[in-house]
Amino acid sequence: MIRFVLGKLAYLLPTFLGITIVAFGFVRVLPGDPVLLMAGERGLSPERHAELSHALGFDRPLWQQYLDFLVRLLHGDFGVSLVTKRPVLHEFFTLFPATIELSLCAILLATAIGLPLGIFAAIRRGSWFDQVSMSTALVGYSMPIFWWGLLLIIFFSGFLGWTPVSGRISLMYFFPKVTGFMLIDSLLSGQKGAFASALSHLILPAIVLATIPMAVIARQARSAMLEVLGEDYVRTARAKGLSAWRVVGLHALRNALIPVITTIGLQVGTLMGGAILTETIFSWPGIGKAMVDSISRRDYPSVQGGLLIIAAAVMLVNLIVDLLYGLINPRIRHR
Amino acid sequence: MTTTTEIEPAAATGTIAALREFWHYFSENRGAVIGLWVFVALVLIAVFAPLIAPHDPIEQVRDALLKPPSWAEKGDPRFLLGTDAVGRDILSRLIFGARYSLFIGVIVVVVALSGGIVIGLVAGFFGGWVDTVIMRVMDVILAFPSLLLALVLVAVLGPGLTNAMIAIALVLQPHFARLTRGAVMGELPREYVMAARVAGAGKARLMFRTILPNCLAPLIVQATLSFSGAILDAAALGFLGMGAQRPTPEWGTMLAEAREFILSAWWVVTFPGLAILITVLAINLMGDGLRDALDPKLKRS
Amino acid sequence: MKYLTRLATGLVMAGLLGGAAAAKTLVYCSEGSPEGFDPAPYTAGTTLDASAKAVYNRLVEFEKGTTKVIPGLAESWDVSADGKEYTFHLRKGVKFHTTDFFTPTRDFNADDVVFSFNRQGKADDPWHTYIEGITYEYYTGMEMDKVITDVVKVDDNTVKFVLSRPEAPFLADLAMSFASIDSKEYADKLAAEGRQADFNNQPIGTGPFQFVAYEKDAVIRYKANPDYWGGAPKVDDLVFAITPDAAVRVQKLKAGECQVMPFPSPADIEGLKADPNLTVMDQAGLNVAYLAYNTVVAPFDNVKVRKALNMAINKQAIIDAVFQGTGQVAKNPIPPTMWSYNDAVKDDPYDPEAAKKLLEEAGVKDLSMKVWAMPVQRPYMPNAQRTAELIQADFAKIGVKVEIVSYEWGEYLKKSTELKRDGAVILGWTGDNGDPDNFMGVLLGCAGAGEGGSNRAHWCYKPFDDLIQKAKVTSDMAERTKLYEEAQVVFKEQAPWATIAHSTVFMPMSKKVSGYVMDPLGLHDFSGVDVAE
Repeated sequence: MIRFVLGKLAYLLPTFLGITIVAFGFVRVLPGDPVLLMAGERGLSPERHAELSHALGFDRPLWQQYLDFLVRLLHGDFGVSLVTKRPVLHEFFTLFPATIELSLCAILLATAIGLPLGIFAAIRRGSWFDQVSMSTALVGYSMPIFWWGLLLIIFFSGFLGWTPVSGRISLMYFFPKVTGFMLIDSLLSGQKGAFASALSHLILPAIVLATIPMAVIARQARSAMLEVLGEDYVRTARAKGLSAWRVVGLHALRNALIPVITTIGLQVGTLMGGAILTETIFSWPGIGKAMVDSISRRDYPSVQGGLLIIAAAVMLVNLIVDLLYGLINPRIRHR
Repeated sequence: MTTTTEIEPAAATGTIAALREFWHYFSENRGAVIGLWVFVALVLIAVFAPLIAPHDPIEQVRDALLKPPSWAEKGDPRFLLGTDAVGRDILSRLIFGARYSLFIGVIVVVVALSGGIVIGLVAGFFGGWVDTVIMRVMDVILAFPSLLLALVLVAVLGPGLTNAMIAIALVLQPHFARLTRGAVMGELPREYVMAARVAGAGKARLMFRTILPNCLAPLIVQATLSFSGAILDAAALGFLGMGAQRPTPEWGTMLAEAREFILSAWWVVTFPGLAILITVLAINLMGDGLRDALDPKLKRS
Repeated sequence: MKYLTRLATGLVMAGLLGGAAAAKTLVYCSEGSPEGFDPAPYTAGTTLDASAKAVYNRLVEFEKGTTKVIPGLAESWDVSADGKEYTFHLRKGVKFHTTDFFTPTRDFNADDVVFSFNRQGKADDPWHTYIEGITYEYYTGMEMDKVITDVVKVDDNTVKFVLSRPEAPFLADLAMSFASIDSKEYADKLAAEGRQADFNNQPIGTGPFQFVAYEKDAVIRYKANPDYWGGAPKVDDLVFAITPDAAVRVQKLKAGECQVMPFPSPADIEGLKADPNLTVMDQAGLNVAYLAYNTVVAPFDNVKVRKALNMAINKQAIIDAVFQGTGQVAKNPIPPTMWSYNDAVKDDPYDPEAAKKLLEEAGVKDLSMKVWAMPVQRPYMPNAQRTAELIQADFAKIGVKVEIVSYEWGEYLKKSTELKRDGAVILGWTGDNGDPDNFMGVLLGCAGAGEGGSNRAHWCYKPFDDLIQKAKVTSDMAERTKLYEEAQVVFKEQAPWATIAHSTVFMPMSKKVSGYVMDPLGLHDFSGVDVAE
């Protein structure tokens, strides 16, 4: 097992190095000049411009800047945001919990609904339930989620007035951040209504973000289940007179779950992409929204740091999924 | 029943028979057929847009700003789905928008598919360090969420439809490369490849004429998925202001323009999104049908 | 249903208030995260609202709701006869904030003033670069680096500024946010602890509110400064709920989640006005949006061509479609709310036929040009792309073909200053200090006409420049007014810009809010505001 883990890690290392090159390279060829953005409509004389560029280190050769970047990275220094003048890592750490909380809830929601949907659809193959749920899943899968979010806002917040429009919790609650997860912190604070408020803020963004993964999971669960149900041993069990539910519960489900878990793990990348849109629509203070802002402000160090952190997070989750897969299914096939 | 019929690569069955069989399986899926018809309708709308559209999509009717749909209160009979903030007919913009979305889908898929196939063939066929390097690069690309990477790429290249398409094609391409490589690796040890080799077929011929046709099925399925994915991503980029630029009637861009009106003019928000959904749904329905028809493993399972 | 929610919100609120001793909270849905809390290095209004306006004071202040300069931390001042020495007599007994991260041991004095200016002006001051890459854009932008030679402490309560030249707008400059007064004692404490960066994270000032906590992209919390020299604020807590999306801000305001919001989208104003629980304050903004021709490139070096194009633009249509009626057509480069605005100037009439003739007279046929449209929304221009589309359609009517171009915002700002720029550029300006020089000098003077300058028309016209130069060093208000009025006439004759619009600024707020005064300079000040229970 240890060798397996080490092997995986050794494989990831060059990939990570590639990621640093991409993060650095892309960001440096971004057109637009952060120095000018700071000056705004006022304009900047060429002398002052050179002065500022020098102060920010943009006038040195690119390879030197890259090496510098790597060395700093090894020390856990992601640079200082050009906009806020604060350390990038520090900025992202305050935003990360918001994104994780949203993504976790979304994936839980997606699994809690998608998985049973897929399994029942497979068992009742061809029934109206199968058809309706799979059609719904396909609609969800085809959904432009930025529009879906707007629709939900129009309906639930605008028309019905049930849910708040943006943010993580009502501002009347003010308590120290312990974990950074609003649902947990609101409970810890012991303030009445805080948890309900946090939950009501979370629900719409979580639904929006969960839409596509939910559809994917449902479809995957259905086809995995169908495959297992078609296998010989299940049919044998059935033939032996075991009831359909017993067969499903005992044999099929366990075997069908393995590919589904992989699918769930692989949704992390999709989630991060979706988080960019969802957070933008709901003004959710997470890293997806921060990335969009940083790109439009040409905040080089923040874009760099964000790309790295997000890619690293996706890689990490994929690694965990890989390892889990190895645990559940010891006979990993070498393809 | 899982009938694992080994499809002989150089099977003598005629093309017509194959097509007939394909249609048989495809048409069994009702959704796929509906998707196909909707898609055909969309293509027709796109092709004949100038004939169908009641107005010029960028013509501004100054006395009809933000008119609701014609059936609604205060609606204007001239504009079936209402007008936007500068008095352009939404229906006409949607009709012309179909051109952009389908165009985006086609171009992106063609670029990503051909790029991915070449890269995948090279990696799978040559193996060794070539394979390692190529696949590492693909891993790096896949490590980023595709939308994020496309966003940064477009920021690098400059906002615009062309650059958005390039960016999306680039982030979709590794899927094709991986798929092709996997298929090639699976096919290489097969007898017919060996036979062709022994017969003295050149490398290029071996790659493109012998092996490639035999791994087309999964590629076609992936291409349909990418087709709808590309439309969605392009719309998302447009929504974030990084895709097609105004006054292009691209659906995502229309949504971005409409965002300020979500509380005051629902129709400018609703219709472009609905158009995206219908298009993407139709293509995905077709994709499902294609998969069922092309993937022998799932047939009659 | 909405009523129910509000009821529920009210109940929760009541439950909370029952516990605490009835704390009055004002929630402001602000439009973005502040870049930091040190007012000196930043120029964005969003940032200055959160720092300079809430937490700090200046030696002199703008009177609420006007651009008139009144005493602030300085009770009075004397100006030497040659206009090169300003002596300020400081207010006594002013206290800096006492918070859980700092307790002052002395009152505000001359050391604080000297510190606040030297750290910006003197490159060898240890606080000049207390954060990596920090710069003082307003200080240099207002040419303080050239104007101020020295800041001298005369005694504990007297400070003298020595200038290199007479500068008529100097007092107005000192009322701007960058001239906020910091606590030297606090800075020394941070330096001793090696926590200089916190100067930008946890501000200490003398202002009406003291800083409590900040969560990026979510919320800033302040509480009232009980010792405020201008009288303690009427609310106990001030909260900035950071809400970048205009439509969302409207939603929150309607739901009672906040009581005041800035920058509503023009499309929402009617709906807001119709809401019985809300009032919508409005004020003509101290700004201008314009289309600047490149006056050094043919055929735009010809006044007739510029005039003709000006006459082809249907400005009212732009006001209707882009500003949704929330602005007014501009004829001068300065807004009507500014002193010296010359209302006698006649605008170029909208007359496509005459425009066509004028073009023919100028010998220009089949003209095709570019119009640059900003990629971002600014207070003076809600939607430049849409404006460009309208201008494109207008110009087409007189046979001028227009291609709309746009660049990423930073690129746009840079490329638009290039001397050889191809095309006319849409841009605008919001006043910094209420002085006409801040518009006409900065945007139309010869000094800014070069590459990298702020004169986007590259228009250097001697008769105009002479007038504004003279006005800048004249201290007599009446005479300055005359000079600027004359300059506006010259500007209109020469038409380096098509003046497009002055936008109206709207502030929707709950009817429970009282005492709010809109700031013509576009910042937001909550010092005298009260909320009814």
